[in-house]
Amino acid sequence: MRIFAVKAVPNQEKIMGPWQMVWSRFKKNKVALVGLIILALLVVSAVLAPLLTPYEFDTIDTLSINKPPSLQHLLGTDDLGRDYFTRILYGGRISLQVGLFAVVISVILGSIVGGISGYYGGWLDNILMRLTEIFMSFPFLPLAITVSAIVGNNLPGEYKMYITMMVIGFLSWPGLARIVRGQILSLREQEFMQAATALGLSDTRKIFRHLLPNTVGYIIVYATVGMASAILTESALSFLGLGVVPPTPTWGNLVQFARDSYVLQYRPWLWIPPGLCIFLAVISINLIGDGLRDAIDPKSQR
Amino acid sequence: MPKQLLEVRNLKKYFPVKSGFLKKTTSFVKAVDNISFKIDKGETLGLVGESGCGKTTVGRSILRLIEPTSGEVFFNDESILIKNKQAMRSLRRDMQIIFQDPYSSLNPRMTVSEIVGEALVAHKLYKKGKEVKDKVAEIVEICGLARYHMNRYPHQFSGGQRQRIGIARALALNPTFIVADEPVSALDVSIQSQILNLMMDLQESMGLGYLFISHDLSVVKHISHKIGVMYLGSLVELADKNELYNNPIHPYTRALLSVIPIPDPTIKKKSIQISGEIPSNVNVPKGCKFHTRCPMAKEICRTKTPEFKDIGNNHFVACHFASQNQCPWQQMNDEENNKPV
Repeated sequence: MRIFAVKAVPNQEKIMGPWQMVWSRFKKNKVALVGLIILALLVVSAVLAPLLTPYEFDTIDTLSINKPPSLQHLLGTDDLGRDYFTRILYGGRISLQVGLFAVVISVILGSIVGGISGYYGGWLDNILMRLTEIFMSFPFLPLAITVSAIVGNNLPGEYKMYITMMVIGFLSWPGLARIVRGQILSLREQEFMQAATALGLSDTRKIFRHLLPNTVGYIIVYATVGMASAILTESALSFLGLGVVPPTPTWGNLVQFARDSYVLQYRPWLWIPPGLCIFLAVISINLIGDGLRDAIDPKSQR
Repeated sequence: MPKQLLEVRNLKKYFPVKSGFLKKTTSFVKAVDNISFKIDKGETLGLVGESGCGKTTVGRSILRLIEPTSGEVFFNDESILIKNKQAMRSLRRDMQIIFQDPYSSLNPRMTVSEIVGEALVAHKLYKKGKEVKDKVAEIVEICGLARYHMNRYPHQFSGGQRQRIGIARALALNPTFIVADEPVSALDVSIQSQILNLMMDLQESMGLGYLFISHDLSVVKHISHKIGVMYLGSLVELADKNELYNNPIHPYTRALLSVIPIPDPTIKKKSIQISGEIPSNVNVPKGCKFHTRCPMAKEICRTKTPEFKDIGNNHFVACHFASQNQCPWQQMNDEENNKPV
């Protein structure tokens, strides 16, 4: 048997997978890189919260109520004498977790619905897409408020966090479902899908190993932007007292102090830091999302 | 006596044309219209015809990548069009396809070893991990790629190498029959011969049967044992390679063969011109489909569909004048040949 054009040269050259290419393009985007650094700092400080502060987030110290920032209490204390810096660190844990898991829920739902809808088409596609449209046509915030008010009312405070995650997650998948469906509609006509059929692969395998990985760029971009908006929504719900409730701190319910006009005027350390955290988290995630969109789309090469 | 591998009987594929608000089916595109042929084990049937004549649809209908409208396909004497999805999936191990476009036929997000090895894992032929890796390495090397190529992605290869990956993928399941859908027409001429030789070597060593679809007559001549000529969804002529090239009967085949360039400028060759465009396959001409362009068409051609029949020597032709010695087409040629130059 003849074997053509093969030189047995050991391969020294670096092989770049699609992800490495994305990363090398992402690295060139300085703004997005700054976003990544800010987000990393926020995440690290939330994860390492117990190491960064000597206080517990819910220890009430009646002897030091409403203290201004000092060396002992970096950001002062609140009206129950709890160390405010500690509460912000732990609040970051909750806020980021809610954002992350809400997005995970909506990405899972959205890509499954979009994947099935786009792959099978026909009546199934029709039903799923009409369902998606129904979900999309609900005004988001009023619905979220109603649902968390009804469902969350009978639950103890610790579980409110999970309710909030799920409410946000279950209400925000339709956008992704449509994006994924659209992508899959065009991908499934590609020849490599015919090859997959010819190889006798199962439908599940075709959807999850061939089609969805090719939409992963869109999913990631959607997820980053979705996470930013989930954090914002959580803050809004918590601010209204319908999301996570004290004593569990989140950035959203910490901003609640601003509702008191005395605090607003004379104790800015109670509302500026958590507000700033929300702002930094959201803007850095959005910057990362923008950077990823440019990095993943091969047409946007500079 | 070689054993029969594949038999296609009266295969038809009509695509509905839908129009209007209610998406009513108003007419049909007759992409494949009543095609029958046989392929033996280790044999190559070349299928030629101009673009849009339904060659690709034939290949894909046989593999049921497109569901045929009617007809029968026997693979190893089993009728495959009646099989359910499950049975079809295990049958697919034995029949594979190589695609024309080496760019869109490979999943850009999978490495070569994933592309080639996936089916081995999915059909539970090999265990995931080292076993599959070794098998993939073996196949990849047979196809003329190197082991270190296995962890690369399709975009890191040239067109010819990608086509080798496509062939490796098709070979992984150890098939006995491969539909090669214009496997070399997207490639450079110098690469074409490499790929063709690879395919012929594989045929020799693995006893593969090919349905080789192409519009390039010299490529088909190189690789095929038998050749079928398609026009507007139907076979017009089917014969052994040498028989077809030496003794073409159907006017369409003659016209096609007459325009193959000969690499010798001193030979003056008369090319037979066919006028007009290929008719639409929605409104197929009545009678003989070729009569609108056939220079020798008679009244009978406009009314009666010619039968696709054996004129001896396993030479099938669909022309009313095929069996007559006084074929008008032949006469014309003879007259020209006898003219003093």
